[in-house]
Amino acid sequence: MAELDTSGGGKKGGGKVRSKKASTRVDLTAMVDLAFLLITFFILTTTLQKPKAMDLTMPDKDDITKNQLPVPATRTMTVLLGKNNKVEWYIGLPTNPITPPTVTGFGKNGIRQALFDKGKEILAASGKAMIVLIKPSDKSTYYDMVTLMDELNIVNNQQRAIVEITPMEVDLLKRDNIY
Amino acid sequence: MARVKVPRKSTAIDMTAMCDVAFLLLTFFILSAKPKVQDPVHADIPASTTIQPLPENDFSSLLVAQGKVFFSVEGAEVRMETLRGMADQYKIPFTPEEIKQFTTVDAVGVSITYLKAYLAMTPKERSTVAQPGVPVDTTDNNELYWWVKNARKADKLVHNKELKIAIKGDAKEEYPTIAKIIKTLQKQKVNKFGLITSLKTVQK
Repeated sequence: MAELDTSGGGKKGGGKVRSKKASTRVDLTAMVDLAFLLITFFILTTTLQKPKAMDLTMPDKDDITKNQLPVPATRTMTVLLGKNNKVEWYIGLPTNPITPPTVTGFGKNGIRQALFDKGKEILAASGKAMIVLIKPSDKSTYYDMVTLMDELNIVNNQQRAIVEITPMEVDLLKRDNIY
Repeated sequence: MARVKVPRKSTAIDMTAMCDVAFLLLTFFILSAKPKVQDPVHADIPASTTIQPLPENDFSSLLVAQGKVFFSVEGAEVRMETLRGMADQYKIPFTPEEIKQFTTVDAVGVSITYLKAYLAMTPKERSTVAQPGVPVDTTDNNELYWWVKNARKADKLVHNKELKIAIKGDAKEEYPTIAKIIKTLQKQKVNKFGLITSLKTVQK
């Protein structure tokens, strides 16, 4: 197929009749074609990037009434998840917040900045790490929850919990148009 | 004037090296291949910076998308044992053939009462049927609860290990659906589970 006959003429007439020496070369083009076809197939069907798993630990439900340590409001940040990937955070109690509720988004200038700054402030003031309460509203999505957990991982926060939202906090979200 | 004759060279290229490389790559891909599991519904998983890989054994995943839940568990043995547990639970006798068929089902998305009919279908028919998802509610008739419970029992029996449970949710999935599943898991004291995410890098 890909080989051209370059032996050129050859002697004519006379001499002994010799059987032509057959070339031992095999044309590999077809084989290479096939091999690449199969490679392409396997590349397309394999999952190269394996999914990752983020661990999520929920507080034990039965222990809520028993083994609970009182949480000082001064070092508790509550993050409410609203609609359209918006979050609202405040420190302290919803009735009497130490830092007034602020609406922000995700990303490095959004909630991460707040988590980082407040985390540092609280650590400096009390010597203990900040506790973050995540309260997803019914209008929030799974993406919001995972992204917020990821932000907490990025700022290296260890104390966090997913808690059910209270009607008062829903009203807060409604007031700020993110419910 | 005599013209200088350029000797004609063969246009054949030696394919041996190329062939070697091609087959080497082919071997690598065949050995590292794990066929893609076709999910019954498409879930666009959110990204995170977690780098912990997913376990490959003793692992069950709950696919959540469009408000539906699909249950699946790794390992043929564990799957068969899980179905046997479910058969006892719901008093639905499954024949050994049906239990064997069950190992080929990637994800369960039908109520246990329809499972028999679903298993009777050919794999091609199964892919065309839209599965309604495993029923999840707050009553005792929470099928997801029993699926997870029986899968955990089965894994303990077969491998003597604790089954790891992971939620594979669609990014757009509304939180109440997820909350319902978390509640179901917490009901059986599964307080630690994984959230399946894809990898992204931190924006500094």
